[in-house]
Amino acid sequence: MLFFSYFKDLVGQEVTVELKNDLEIRGTLHSVDQYLNIKLENTHVVDQDKFPHMLSVRNCFIRGSVVRYVQLPPDGVDVDLLHDAARREARGG
Amino acid sequence: MSWAGPEDIYLSTSLASYLDRKILVLLRDGRKLMGTLRSFDQFANAVLEGACERVIVDEKYCDIPLGLYVIRGENVVLIGEMDTEREELPPHMIRVSETEIKRAQKVESEASELRGTMRKRMEFLDFD
Repeated sequence: MLFFSYFKDLVGQEVTVELKNDLEIRGTLHSVDQYLNIKLENTHVVDQDKFPHMLSVRNCFIRGSVVRYVQLPPDGVDVDLLHDAARREARGG
Repeated sequence: MSWAGPEDIYLSTSLASYLDRKILVLLRDGRKLMGTLRSFDQFANAVLEGACERVIVDEKYCDIPLGLYVIRGENVVLIGEMDTEREELPPHMIRVSETEIKRAQKVESEASELRGTMRKRMEFLDFD
């Protein structure tokens, strides 16, 4: 639940999602759900030449199970808030 | 993936906004399927009408028609909405026949297999 809430607060930010198949997609976080499935808007692939099939794709749905990393801007994260939330979750969970 | 009400379409991760649109589905085995999304569920299972597989080898590509497909969600990596006003592929790519692309695929897989076995042979010889 923690990361679901965290990502909900990040909606509207530019993120880069790195998938387990090494595909990296940059886009605006449109939405997220309980499975951490991600919907991105205004997407473009980081290494476009290596993945030519994605050229016309501007919005996409990414299944949560295939995400390796979600790269965020450093000022997009309130680390202290996240730290507190994690501590609370660990205590209560 | 939650079921969306009419107003939720703008905010949720539901695939409802992609219904009846042309989509690209990336599968875990590396295949790329294209078609019209007709149905989906909470597992990202999907029904694709007029599906075809786009095979790309270097500069060559081919679209192999498949018909009506039901895709099991666990195989899905990504579902992308294809913008019909944009170019689907870079202009330098050449469209070839099914037989030719299958031949190119075979050459590519044999080359990577050979690289794989040579590496395995080298690893085997490395006793350190």
